[in-house]
Amino acid sequence: MAADDPDDRGKKNAGWTPYLLALPGLLVLYLFFVVPLVTLLKIALSVRQERGSSRVDFSWEWHNFSQAFTDFGSQLWRAFAYAGVATALCILIGYPLAYFIAFKAGRWRNLLLGLVMVPFFTSFLLRTIAWQSLFADNGPILSMTRWLHLTGVLDFLHVSTDGKIMNTPAAVIGGLTYNFLPFALLPIYVSLEKIDARLIDAAADLYSGFGRTFRRVILPLSLPGVFAGTLLTFIPASGDFINAHLLGDVKKPVIGGVIQARFLQSGDYPTAAAISLVLMVMITTAVLVYAKFLGTDDIA
Amino acid sequence: MSTIDTTQHTTRRHRKIKWGTIILWVVSMATLLYLFVPLVTIAVFTFNDPTTKFNTTWEGFTFANWLHPFRERQFTDALVESVKVAVVACVLATGLGSLIALALVRYRMRGSAAVNLLLVLPLTTPEIVMGASLFTLFFNQGVSRGFWTIVISHTLFCLSFVAMTVKARIRGMDWTLEDAAMDLGSPPIRTFWKITMPMITPGVAAAFMLSLALSIDDYIITSFVAGPTVTFPRRVFDSARIALPPQVHVLATIIMLTAITLIVASTLSGIRRERRQG
Repeated sequence: MAADDPDDRGKKNAGWTPYLLALPGLLVLYLFFVVPLVTLLKIALSVRQERGSSRVDFSWEWHNFSQAFTDFGSQLWRAFAYAGVATALCILIGYPLAYFIAFKAGRWRNLLLGLVMVPFFTSFLLRTIAWQSLFADNGPILSMTRWLHLTGVLDFLHVSTDGKIMNTPAAVIGGLTYNFLPFALLPIYVSLEKIDARLIDAAADLYSGFGRTFRRVILPLSLPGVFAGTLLTFIPASGDFINAHLLGDVKKPVIGGVIQARFLQSGDYPTAAAISLVLMVMITTAVLVYAKFLGTDDIA
Repeated sequence: MSTIDTTQHTTRRHRKIKWGTIILWVVSMATLLYLFVPLVTIAVFTFNDPTTKFNTTWEGFTFANWLHPFRERQFTDALVESVKVAVVACVLATGLGSLIALALVRYRMRGSAAVNLLLVLPLTTPEIVMGASLFTLFFNQGVSRGFWTIVISHTLFCLSFVAMTVKARIRGMDWTLEDAAMDLGSPPIRTFWKITMPMITPGVAAAFMLSLALSIDDYIITSFVAGPTVTFPRRVFDSARIALPPQVHVLATIIMLTAITLIVASTLSGIRRERRQG
């Protein structure tokens, strides 16, 4: 850290004090985050002592990783597809509301922000179960479309399949989008709120229409928020199996469900550990590629 | 002539902008409504009178569920367990996390970049991977899973969250007050309680509240480390495809209303405090 770093100003030199303050927390992070990941890797490289046994022997068994790809490719792909579509929807739906709260809400700003947070205080599972009622064959959405004779339109848009929403990919994506929307919206709001209003005025003074001001000034300045929002949505959504379990087709599980079942039901720890690590590496790669894309590509 | 032209031009542009604002307004309100649809659904289904084991189709109106909200012992016991875990884990996480935040914001520290990285990584690791890795750790060490393994896991995932939140909230504060107190002969411990604590309390309290919400709601990590201990989300998940009594919705609605009241109250007291100080 250079001395002229603005973050460094007002910081004290106090010998051992900061290390003593941080030590207990860092110890917890080391013991229960770093060590478990190493253990996970070790188990992923092991073989089961015998079929049906949960005991394992370490043996540099790289085979588990290739098996994770070949045997569970479709579940991995499905999880990423669901999470990708849901993330895109979250950004598209969240951006206008974030923009509204940041620039148009005036004195209602804090109240609206509070309202966006309210779903966090209701059980994630019960919110998802509520969508079971809403998506049900006799639920409000499908009853309404039947009454309006729009069933064909919903089918055409792939929102429903043969007039049903429950147990389809659309239901899972709908649940994911709903559950992670605040995670996408809040970072976008934070980055929009930081924009100096004078920049927008300056663009207008220079005869830039709203569309151009948005493309050339507002959108580029809010990209860090879009980036953060994408990560906060995509990462948990690709590991999530609650939405797939409660809203989706039981015969089409996502990778998270496979991992949990392998660990807690079939006791096949090496394969399960390998799948977990493959998932983690794929997510990290996707995030890095995305960061590179947003960082170098001029969107404006 | 030219003056009239300009006026026309501005009015036309003005009207265009207004149309945009109206569309934005409608879209935003629709999104807010969308956020509340499932919450309203949960509240409505507390008055349902289901004839099946599931409370997901509307069958008739009744007050009975609200008269006996704690009748489903399995669910109330699980809720109590969740609250116990959350309180212990969040007290630990808030303490440890706030100390890390203080160390990073207040002091020059060698390796602060590494500390920051270590804090961010748990936030960018999917829950399923964290749960799986903790499972392998406890399995490898032969630790029997239960209340304390849940507490440890929740402390871990709340810790990063608390440290990042507190760090963001206390950055840029005026720390010269501490020096002033010390110059006036206040010993370090006294300075900490009298100056530092009041300064960081709002940020720490916010982090504590949100980590409570995270901990009480966690299913994925908990399912890996809980062993025989049943928390509220675990009970709901396991029952979701078997039997879900309407009392569960009542419990959730009570929590939701309590949270909304707390949010409103803390916002109001915050505004009042600002007014008194300003």
